[in-house]
Amino acid sequence: MEINNSKAKRITWWQKNQVKISPWIFLAPGLIFFSIYVIAPIFVSIGISFYQWDGLSPSIYVGLQNYIELLDDEYFYISLWNNLKWLIFFMLAVPIGLGLAIFLNQIVFGIRLIKSLFFFPFVISQVVIGLIFTWFYQPNYGVIAPFLNLIGLEGFSILANENTATYGIIFAGLYPQIAYCLILYLTGLNNINPEQIEAGRMDGAKGFHLFWNIVLPQLRHATFLAIVVTVIGALRSFDMVAIMTQGGPYGYSNVLAYYMFEQALSEYGYRMGYGSAIATVLFTIMMFYILFFIYRMYRNEREDNN
Amino acid sequence: MFPTPIHQRPIVNQYIYKIFLPISLIIWLIPIFGILMTSIRGLGDITAGNMWGTPSEFLLFSNLYDVFTNTPMIKYTLNSFKVTIPTMLGAVALSCMTGFALANYKFKTNLIIFFIFIAGNFVPFQILMIPVRDLTFKIGLYNTITGLVLFHVAFQTGFCTLFMRNFIKALPQELIEAARMDGASEFKIFWRIILPLTRPAIAALCVLIFTFIWNDYFWATVLIQGDHAMPITAGLKSLNGQWITAYHLLSTGSIVAAIPPVIMFFLMQKHFIAGLTLGATKG
Repeated sequence: MEINNSKAKRITWWQKNQVKISPWIFLAPGLIFFSIYVIAPIFVSIGISFYQWDGLSPSIYVGLQNYIELLDDEYFYISLWNNLKWLIFFMLAVPIGLGLAIFLNQIVFGIRLIKSLFFFPFVISQVVIGLIFTWFYQPNYGVIAPFLNLIGLEGFSILANENTATYGIIFAGLYPQIAYCLILYLTGLNNINPEQIEAGRMDGAKGFHLFWNIVLPQLRHATFLAIVVTVIGALRSFDMVAIMTQGGPYGYSNVLAYYMFEQALSEYGYRMGYGSAIATVLFTIMMFYILFFIYRMYRNEREDNN
Repeated sequence: MFPTPIHQRPIVNQYIYKIFLPISLIIWLIPIFGILMTSIRGLGDITAGNMWGTPSEFLLFSNLYDVFTNTPMIKYTLNSFKVTIPTMLGAVALSCMTGFALANYKFKTNLIIFFIFIAGNFVPFQILMIPVRDLTFKIGLYNTITGLVLFHVAFQTGFCTLFMRNFIKALPQELIEAARMDGASEFKIFWRIILPLTRPAIAALCVLIFTFIWNDYFWATVLIQGDHAMPITAGLKSLNGQWITAYHLLSTGSIVAAIPPVIMFFLMQKHFIAGLTLGATKG
C-alpha cells in the first residue's frame, strides 16, 4: 500500500506539474545551443574589445584604447561611410521589387515560370553573383567593356576606382535583393483584400491614387519585412566585398563587416581586440533595427492577445 | 486584384504587355545568360573578347571535365552536402521543440526567450566570429565539418524558432486542449498531434535552411582552412584566385555551385516562398 501510494503521488505530482516543466524540457536543447554559440559570444566579443590580443599570447587589458584608436582610424570612417552608402542605395531594392511585383502580378500564359525565373537570383550564392559581376566589370574582357567604350571610358575599371568601387558592389548586391523584395511583394499582393480594391475603384480611385491610398497600406507587412531584410543585408554585406574587391582599392570599398574580418583574421594581422571593437560598433548600429523589429512584434503580440 | 488584370485592358495594352514581359525577363537574366554562354566557350573566345557572340566551339563538357578533374570541385560539392544536410536536420529538430514550447505554454519568460531567439538571428556575424572560432578551436573541431555544422545548427535555430513558433501558434488550440483533457502527456501531444501538423512548416524550413547554408561563405572561411573540409562557396573563391582570367572554367564552376539550390528552389518553390513570407508575415 505504502509503495503504491507514493507511486500514485509521484504520478499526480508529475501530472500536476507537467505543463509547467514540459516547456523547459522542450526548450533546453535549442536554448542551450543558441546561448553557447550566439548569445554568449556577443558578450565575450564586447569583452574582448577592451583587450589587446593576437589570439595566442595572453591578452592585455587596455580599457577604451581600441575605441580611441578607432576614432582616429581613417579606414574605419571610410568603412562606416560605405556602410551608409549601402544602407541608402541598397534600399532601392524595395521600390524596384515592388514595381516588378506589380508588373508581374498578372495572369497570362507562362507567368508562373516567368515569376520563378525572376526569383531565382535570390537562391544563388552571393559568391557566384559576386564572381559574375566582377567579370562583368572587367575593363578589357568584361561584358560592359563595349558599353564603356561607347561612352568614351575605354579601359575604365569600376572596381579599381575608389569613387565607383562601392557602387559597383552595391549594384551587384541589388540583383538578389530585388528578387527577395519581389517575392515578398508578390505574396503581399496575393493576400490583398479584393473587396477593398473594388470599393476603391467604385469610388473612382484609379492608378496612382488607388495604389497609394488603398493598395500600399495593405502591403505594409510586406514593406516592413522588405525594409528589415534589406537593412540587415546592407549591414551584413560581407560576401560581395570579400569576393569582388576585398575592400580595395586601398580600403575604399571596405565596409565594417569586412574591415573587422581583415583586422582580426586576415594576413593584415590578428588584432582580435581591435576587430572586436569594430564588431561592437556594427552590432550597436544593428541593435537599433533589431529593437525596432522586436518592438513591432511585441505590439502585434499584445494585439493578438487582446 | 491590383493592378487591373491585363485582359480587362484595351487590346493594345495587352500586346504591349506581352511584348514587354519576355524582354524584361531577358534583361533580368543577362547575368545568368552570361555565365551559361561562357561555360560553353573555350579559352580562345575568352582571350579574343568574344563574350556575347556565338561561341566558336562547344566546350561545356570539356570545361566540366576540366573543373571536376583538375580541381577539388567534387570534394567541395560533397563537403557542402555534408554541411548542409545535417544542419538542416539539426536546426529543424531543435526548433520544432523550441517552437512548440514557446507557442503552447504560458510562462513568465516566454516572450523574452522568443525575442532573444529573434534578436540573435539578426546580429552581425562579426560579433560572434572571434568567440565562436575560439570555442571551435578549444573543442578540437576547428577545420572540421562537424565544427561548422554545430555552429550553423545553433545559429539557424534562431530563425527556425521564430518560424515554427508562429506556425504552431496559428494551429487550432482546441486540438491540444482536447488531447490534454483526454489525459495525453505533453510529449505525446507534441509527437502525435503537433508534429504531423507542422509538416508544411518543416518542408519550408528545410528548403530555406538548405539554401542559406549551401550559400554560406563567411563561416566557411572563418572555421575551415584547407580543401578537405571546404564547402563549395569557399572553394570557388579559392579557385578564382588560381584561374584568374579562365572565365570559362570560372563560369562552369559557378554553375556547378548554383545548381543544387536552384533545383531545390524549383522543386519546392511553393514551400520556399511560404517559408520566406509566412515565418514573418506576422511581424
